[in-house]
Amino acid sequence: MYGGGNSFEAMKATALTDEDPIKLAEFEARIDRGEKIEPSDWMPQLYRKQLTRMIEQHAHSEIIGALPEGTWITRAPGFKRKLALMAKVQDEVGHAQLLYSAAETLGKPREEMITDLINGKSKYSNIFNYPAFTWADSCFISWLVDAGAIVNQIANSKGSYGPYCRALERICAEESFHLKYGHHCVIHLATGTKVQREMMQEAFNRWWTPMMHFFGPSDKISVHSEILMRWKVKMSSNDECRQQFLDMYVPKIWELGLTLPDENLRKDPETGEWQFTEPDWEEFKRVINGDGPCNKERLAVRRVAEERGAWVRQALLAPKAKYVAPLA
Amino acid sequence: MNTEALKDLLYKMADDQLILGHRNSEWTGFGPLLEEDIAFSSMAQDKVGQSWQIYKLLHELGESEPDMVAFMRNADQFHNCQLVELPNGEYDFSLIRHFLFDMAEQIRFTHLASSSYEPLALLAKKIKGEIKYHTMHAKIWMKQLGSATEESVSRLQNSLEEAMPYALGIFEPSKFEAELIKENIFCGEAVIKEEWTEQITAILKETSLKMPDINSVQPIYGGRYGQHTDNLQPLLDEMSEVFNLDPTADW
Repeated sequence: MYGGGNSFEAMKATALTDEDPIKLAEFEARIDRGEKIEPSDWMPQLYRKQLTRMIEQHAHSEIIGALPEGTWITRAPGFKRKLALMAKVQDEVGHAQLLYSAAETLGKPREEMITDLINGKSKYSNIFNYPAFTWADSCFISWLVDAGAIVNQIANSKGSYGPYCRALERICAEESFHLKYGHHCVIHLATGTKVQREMMQEAFNRWWTPMMHFFGPSDKISVHSEILMRWKVKMSSNDECRQQFLDMYVPKIWELGLTLPDENLRKDPETGEWQFTEPDWEEFKRVINGDGPCNKERLAVRRVAEERGAWVRQALLAPKAKYVAPLA
Repeated sequence: MNTEALKDLLYKMADDQLILGHRNSEWTGFGPLLEEDIAFSSMAQDKVGQSWQIYKLLHELGESEPDMVAFMRNADQFHNCQLVELPNGEYDFSLIRHFLFDMAEQIRFTHLASSSYEPLALLAKKIKGEIKYHTMHAKIWMKQLGSATEESVSRLQNSLEEAMPYALGIFEPSKFEAELIKENIFCGEAVIKEEWTEQITAILKETSLKMPDINSVQPIYGGRYGQHTDNLQPLLDEMSEVFNLDPTADW
């Protein structure tokens, strides 16, 4: 799962002047015609760079996103939930695998991407820097963080880069099951015993600000995003995604008798737009730059996993390793 | 039919699957490769799902609901072998345990597919089809890592020696062996152990690993009678942490 608010690198004014103008015009014409760009096709360096960065951030978000929910697999209440949560988190790791492969088609190897993640050079979705304290937190993530991710990913699946679009189509199909699972869990808690209802409400109180941050800060059209939108790298604005999410899910949340910690949250009947209190964007910046409740822990876990697994990866590359044909 | 003997057999198998499934699931997010996170998660889902089905057979025989049986018992009421409750350790230990345990499972459920207790025979046919993939996975990795580097060979050899006494505990005879064999419900642990020894010896021969002399290894027994290491109760406490907040609630 992944949110909006992709962090794109600032572009230099000269970024496109080094490109062959004829090839660039052909490239843009193909995108205008709705054609997909494939790995062996010509593409501007800037396109390659920004896409690599975006897909890589998405892949990291999947693998880091597996951690807050993953800690609840061993504690899920009952067989049904235990099996569903295992399958759900497994899907997320599978998404990372798909996305690292998509990013590799642009030339950056998986090991290098994971090294950049561990060293803090690459970003991932900010929301996973918050802790999942209770079972209800994991239910919130499964329903609403996945719902937010679907809004963003459906938009991106209509982008211009073939391998990323195909990965996203499959990912969205799987995420839609996560959303159903999460919704089912939330319904049971929100309509359950007093202990369950309180647990669920507290999770909504805790997660609402990170959820509003999830789509990124308001993005007025800038020169940077104009070119990325023209190339169909960035497919919708952060504000559009946030509005769509609020429109789809706030009524469903209220329907369950849950409240949201923002007294200004309402839909303007005239404009059809949702109004809300701006979340604390200073907190967003602080967390994305490394000072959130779980940033250090998340990266430490990944680092330990990489270090502990290094001997396995080295052994697979050893000349004496017996090649065994894959099963399928 | 001796129901007490049948229940004893079902409990130890269900408990084995549940506890190892739980341990396998702990690899999610921590594997040496993403592909191994995914593989261990698949095996975890199979095993936990299999345990659920076996607890359902027990429920049909008058035991409590599967959720209550799995989430509400204490360690001394569990009949799993001690091998499955040991912590995952490093990947080499988890791989060795997976290899030793699943090779035995494959043989066990192949035999059980012709059990005289038909509900078990039907379920065993389904389970052996799933475990086939677990053993394929284990054998591939044993062959790949078992001859690769000095480090991989020495890690696997050490883990093999560490796990072997516990692995022999899989075959700890129950007090009902004779009845189960007589009623053709189950072929008995001794038969499984013999086939298992032959099969794992053959696979290890294809690697640089040495099969320990199992006649000189003292098996670690007790699990089948509710005696466990200190690792099981904390695992169960964690597993039931949420369920126990209100066992009558619908989660």
